[in-house]
Amino acid sequence: MKDTPDRAVPLISLRAVTKTYGKGSAAFQALKGVDLDIPQGQFIAIMGPSGSGKSTALNILGCLDGPTTGSYQFRDIQVEELTRNQRALLRRHYLGFVFQGFNLLSRTSAQENVELPLLYRGAETKVRHAAAREALAQVGLTGWEHHTPGELSGGQQQRVAIARAIVTRPLVLLADEPTGNLDSQRGHEIMDLLVALNRDQGITIIMVTHEPEMAAYAGRVVKFVDGLVDSDVHAIEQKGDR
Amino acid sequence: MTQMLLNALLLALRAIRRNLMRSFLTVLGVVIGVAAVITMVTLGNGATRMVADQISSLGSNLLILRPGQQLGPGRDSAGAPSFKLADVEAVQTQVPSLRAVAPVVGSKVTLVAGNQNWQSQVNGTNNAYFTAGNWQIAAGRQFEEDEESAGKAVCIIGATTKKQLFGNTSPIGNEIRVKNFTCQVIGLLQAKGQGAMGQDQDDIVLMPILTAQRRLTGSTDVSTLMLSMRDGIASDPVMEQIRKLMRERRKLSENMDDNFSVMDTKQIAEALSGTIRTMTGLLGAVAAVSLLVGGIGIMNIMLVSVTERTREIGVRLAIGALEHEVLLQFLIEAVVLSALGGLVGIVLALVVCLGLTALMHMPFLFSPGINLLAFVFSGAIGIVFGYMPARRAASLDPIVALRFE
Ligand SMILES: Nc1ncnc2c1ncn2[C@@H]1O[C@H](COP(=O)(O)OP(=O)(O)O)[C@@H](O)[C@H]1O
Ligand SMILES: [Mg+2]
Repeated sequence: MKDTPDRAVPLISLRAVTKTYGKGSAAFQALKGVDLDIPQGQFIAIMGPSGSGKSTALNILGCLDGPTTGSYQFRDIQVEELTRNQRALLRRHYLGFVFQGFNLLSRTSAQENVELPLLYRGAETKVRHAAAREALAQVGLTGWEHHTPGELSGGQQQRVAIARAIVTRPLVLLADEPTGNLDSQRGHEIMDLLVALNRDQGITIIMVTHEPEMAAYAGRVVKFVDGLVDSDVHAIEQKGDR
Repeated sequence: MTQMLLNALLLALRAIRRNLMRSFLTVLGVVIGVAAVITMVTLGNGATRMVADQISSLGSNLLILRPGQQLGPGRDSAGAPSFKLADVEAVQTQVPSLRAVAPVVGSKVTLVAGNQNWQSQVNGTNNAYFTAGNWQIAAGRQFEEDEESAGKAVCIIGATTKKQLFGNTSPIGNEIRVKNFTCQVIGLLQAKGQGAMGQDQDDIVLMPILTAQRRLTGSTDVSTLMLSMRDGIASDPVMEQIRKLMRERRKLSENMDDNFSVMDTKQIAEALSGTIRTMTGLLGAVAAVSLLVGGIGIMNIMLVSVTERTREIGVRLAIGALEHEVLLQFLIEAVVLSALGGLVGIVLALVVCLGLTALMHMPFLFSPGINLLAFVFSGAIGIVFGYMPARRAASLDPIVALRFE
């Protein structure tokens, strides 16, 4: 694990992170002490059987939830010490999310969906429009700006969701089963897109998936079993420069 | 800060636009409430003004003597004895400050002339009626003395009655069937227009009081006395004099209340507008309650909307919306909705008021005060009833919200 001593400070560092849901006799420990370092620029896939704690880990990594015990350092920020609003600001400035179910606003154009995060950043109208158009272009949806989710295919909707996640130029893109609702052809297209974003823009990508063929796109595969990291494999082919 | 408010406003407007039909139904209660309040108050103001105008057009010389207590809220004329022609004569001879004393008795009767039918108010009275009621004879003449004393079948008709029965031809010398007798038209009144209670004053037929009593009402009662004072005389002492006279004639002892009333035009106007004010107040209160119900409607639908949009709220929170930003968005959404509802209500009220006032020949008095108040109130309703749903939206856990089905 400590095979990259040259990288001084990892972007993300989990230490002995546990997560317990519920209280008393109903308590359930979904994470049982996870250590994980993620350097900037990596494309990492989290795999594992259902119920092994993948989503729980991703939610903590995405600052949507705090760990029960243990520490989470994001750059020089101790995330476990942050309040709810401080975590929201961290998400706003550094993170982008892609969900399995797309989660676009219905009856709202692709353009307006993509603009949404910028609205919370208080960006000016002109800047917002330009950035949203550019993000849509990056995911190959130029010309589809004014279509609503109902008028787009599943693959296109997920592209809009990706555009929404990257429009703020986040450091990290977190995706929970982004291809889970797509056929395999569409799934591969989405993966190509994610690989390109990781390669060309250096966005760190953390993706949960249970499909090995999708995980194969990642440079590193972390496998969870029963709330613990079971294996952590770096693909040799992607280690070098490209 | 302003940028944040502007953005929240933009977000709210987009959310409203996404669901236009629902948004409209949500605020329908507020629309109707606002429209009802404004319409009630505007019509009430118009009616009050109309009454005041009409009464003052009668002139300040007019007094009215009626059986029963004071006109207005809670009046009671049932059981009070009517006047007789002897009372009319007594007032005529014993109150020198009066220049005209007109007895009035009448009813609504169907008239026939040729093949035309029409219902009019038919009053029995005398020539003093024209002085007391400020009427001019447009064509023909007044009653002659023998017509009054013998109760001959002659009549003078108003402009509306003439138009309905005779069209554009002259009615003078023609005959009208009034109930079961035939009456000769000897005069036509100058048109006057709308009356104090919205009735058409020109829809009238006048005949000598004896004629009306014998052939129409079949009794010797006189229902009202219209009295006209000489110019430049204060009404109070005259009214007191008439009151004394009537108490005497009716043999009322010290401890008995009047069973009749004398009023000058000012009092009549006050009594009538008092009645209108009470009615307006009541109807306005009912309308205000409907506005409140409209607010509860907003809360209801906003709550449904928050539940329905749980995943959307999850997305907003995930991409970094702060609690107070989500709260503000939903609050603004509620306020914008209800304020828009208020605006639509104001426009609706305007249209309804224009229509109704035209229909009722009433003046349309636009009151900026009540319009502004209703608008501000509808906005306030948005804040009050939008807060709870907004609070609920803002306190959602993003993970739970995102997973919500
Ligand atoms: N909010 C929650 N409350 C209680 N238990 C939960 C909650 N979220 C997840 N769990 C449980 O924690 C375990 C890990 O869940 P999760 O991280 O979603 O697994 P997966 O690897 O399938 O994504 C599961 O057994 C799940 O039932
Ligand atoms: Mg999962």
